[in-house]
Amino acid sequence: MRLCGFGVVVLLALIVYELLIGSQLSWHAFGWKFFAQSDWNPVEDQYGALPFVFGTLVSSLIALIIAVPLAVGVAVFITEMCPIWLRGMLSFTTELLAAIPSVIYGLWAIFVLIPILRTYVEPFLAKTLGWTGLFSGPPYGYSLLAAGIILAIMIVPIISSITREVMTVVPQHQREAALALGATRWEMIRLGVLRNARAGIVGAVILGLGRALGETMAVTMVIGNRPEISKSLFDFGYSMASVLANEFSEATGDLYLSALIEIGLALFLVTIVVNALARLMVWSVTRGQPARTIA
Amino acid sequence: MGVGITVEHLNAFYGKTQALFDINLTVQANHATALIGPSGCGKSTFIRCLNRMHETIPEARVEGKVRIGELSVYNGTSATQLRRRVGMVFQKPNPFPTMSIYDNVAAGLKLNGFRKRKQLDEVVEKSLRSSALFDEVKDSLHKKSGASLSGGQQQRLCIARALAVQPEVLLMDEPCSALDPISTGKIEELIFQLKEQYTIVIVTHNMQQAARVAEFTGFFLLGKLVEFDKTEKVFTNPSDKRTEDYVTGRFG
Amino acid sequence: MADTNSNLGAPVVPPISWRRRATDNLMTGLSILTVVIVLAPLFAIFAYLVYKGIGSINLAFLTQTPKPVGEVGGGMANAIAGTALILGIASLLGVPFGIGAGVFLSEYGRNRFGDAVRFVSDVLNGVPSIVIGIVAYGLVVVRQKHFSALAGGVALAIMMIPTIARTTEQMLLLVPQAIREAAYGLGVSRWRTTLSITLRTATSGIITGVMLAFARVAGETAPLLFTAFGNQFWNWKLNQPTAALSLQIYTYALSPFDDWHRQAWAGSLVLIVLIVSAVAAVRIVVRRGKLAGA
Repeated sequence: MRLCGFGVVVLLALIVYELLIGSQLSWHAFGWKFFAQSDWNPVEDQYGALPFVFGTLVSSLIALIIAVPLAVGVAVFITEMCPIWLRGMLSFTTELLAAIPSVIYGLWAIFVLIPILRTYVEPFLAKTLGWTGLFSGPPYGYSLLAAGIILAIMIVPIISSITREVMTVVPQHQREAALALGATRWEMIRLGVLRNARAGIVGAVILGLGRALGETMAVTMVIGNRPEISKSLFDFGYSMASVLANEFSEATGDLYLSALIEIGLALFLVTIVVNALARLMVWSVTRGQPARTIA
Repeated sequence: MGVGITVEHLNAFYGKTQALFDINLTVQANHATALIGPSGCGKSTFIRCLNRMHETIPEARVEGKVRIGELSVYNGTSATQLRRRVGMVFQKPNPFPTMSIYDNVAAGLKLNGFRKRKQLDEVVEKSLRSSALFDEVKDSLHKKSGASLSGGQQQRLCIARALAVQPEVLLMDEPCSALDPISTGKIEELIFQLKEQYTIVIVTHNMQQAARVAEFTGFFLLGKLVEFDKTEKVFTNPSDKRTEDYVTGRFG
Repeated sequence: MADTNSNLGAPVVPPISWRRRATDNLMTGLSILTVVIVLAPLFAIFAYLVYKGIGSINLAFLTQTPKPVGEVGGGMANAIAGTALILGIASLLGVPFGIGAGVFLSEYGRNRFGDAVRFVSDVLNGVPSIVIGIVAYGLVVVRQKHFSALAGGVALAIMMIPTIARTTEQMLLLVPQAIREAAYGLGVSRWRTTLSITLRTATSGIITGVMLAFARVAGETAPLLFTAFGNQFWNWKLNQPTAALSLQIYTYALSPFDDWHRQAWAGSLVLIVLIVSAVAAVRIVVRRGKLAGA
């Protein structure tokens, strides 16, 4: 048994080892500038990963902006406002969202979401908010925006489920204290529940971010896959996970492969830090009570 | 000034189970009334019917009439509005842990739209003085959180919080059962002083406490109000045999 | 309704303002709105899956392999089989490892080392699946010099282990200490107790965990992209590239052919039915386990 426990640590060590070894070549060739350059040119063996970092960050940011209010709203409804008979059904259906594989989200996005974006949403945004410069250029549908939206749909379940957990842990007497002062239901939720669960909710959001950063298939299918940095959300983009998905199996040349592995290493490190931070915050609220395992 | 409470034919239910049977009583303004009885007799349920906290439990139901002052509790007033005029202190002190002492006391006021710093400062200080906590915390009003105080201090903080919104009635549900004897003593002293300005209803399982602080006492048994009279009479010369058995310790 | 005498000399508190009531109602409305917005894509996806996919699931689809590019017809039989093969390998590797780690954490891991393992397990859980694919590539594909079902299985196994370990630990922790002590009192060794008594009591819960992990990796595509790689034909050999349902869906979705799009929907429907069945089975097992007092 101790062997198995040890084995888990060995596994992580193996992962780190593989990533480090594989990225050596690229690291020696470019150093830190790897992440500051935008020129991704396999033909000339020039590799700059900035466009991918940009794409990953922007799509994840869009996802968070959309997902957080939705997820917290759902959590508040299910925990505090929902009639009891509905609660089980609702929580089951939100967990069902989490069970849908990424590639199916991508499939649906290609044939349903993108046409909707192209025909209705993007022209509307261009007309109303076009002055910001964020919504300009031809509305192909495939875009950073599309990636952000499908990511949002995918991370809502995890943010919502953890938010629900930390809200449920808040003791009933806190709610009663607020009510007894003459608070309306929303005020009671605000004062007696959300305030107490603050740290945990932030943790849930960060966990959602971690998930969004590493999400591959659905993003690859809708982001457009062009390594460019642009101001408009309608433009094509490229994320770190996507470039790995698209180019890894066809990478010729050791430097090319190494550059890709280096991107993988960066993705690995970032998600570890983000996830560790998130779990710390959630733990501080639930205080070590065993969390339900999230799919 | 406190107001009186009239209860007529009050019946309370948890789903299909009936917890209170035809309760009738009148609580006098500016006096302390104690409710005693063995565990599970309905005294906590009763007091929670007075400020409609009973309804927060799913499938809970109430029939009957309750008037607090000129307000009809179950007919016409919103629960939120009612609870602003009836304060409650709970068995386990429950200050808001993420707020400072000051913010805890001011919480009810802020909800009602009072934002002016000077006003809030005044009320917070007066409330903390009324609950005999001010001197102990006056230097750390904004620095310490509500949860960092001792048990007795937390309960006095909760009392201050309840007083800050100027209720006319103060309901106390076994306020000292989680506290040590010294803190209990301090709170009993407090009740003595507070009853000149408020109407107090206190649930207690400690008969000596009832004898110490209340002018009137009601004895509950199995959801019924068995006897309600001046405290002295209930303890020295009860009319009902069951009351006598309880106060002399023959059961409960 | 206004107070005439203020006890504390402070201003009189007015009745509940309409603004507070309005805010309360607004918030309730917004919350309901968020639920509707969140559930809408769920229903839309399921609706499309059924609408677009059901027509294409026929005997041909389930028994034939893909036709050459451009030709209409054919099916995903090899992909379904391939998924089964890869998942089988993953389970063989990952389930014992995961359960073992879970047993370690609950029975022998209430110490610093156990905490470290627990932390590492959580970290592993958060690693993006594509990165795990890279690692499996380096560990297996590079050594063998070709893509293989084994590599795919290894990648998925790595993903199953943390989930299985954590649920196993939690289920074992639920077993009351009194049961273990009863066994010790009878002179049974710790090792034996764990195996015969504790594990057996927690069986239904552990199966739940395994099936949850299974459902999670069944739909994974990214780690298979450069491990199992995909295959147009049948393959039962461990060390050859193998088709998988998720990979096939991906390839078809990105293709320009309508027929392949149609088949992608069908394949997705099959996949989702598999996954939902696993999740539903989990719920049933849990309920029955609870009733049986497990």
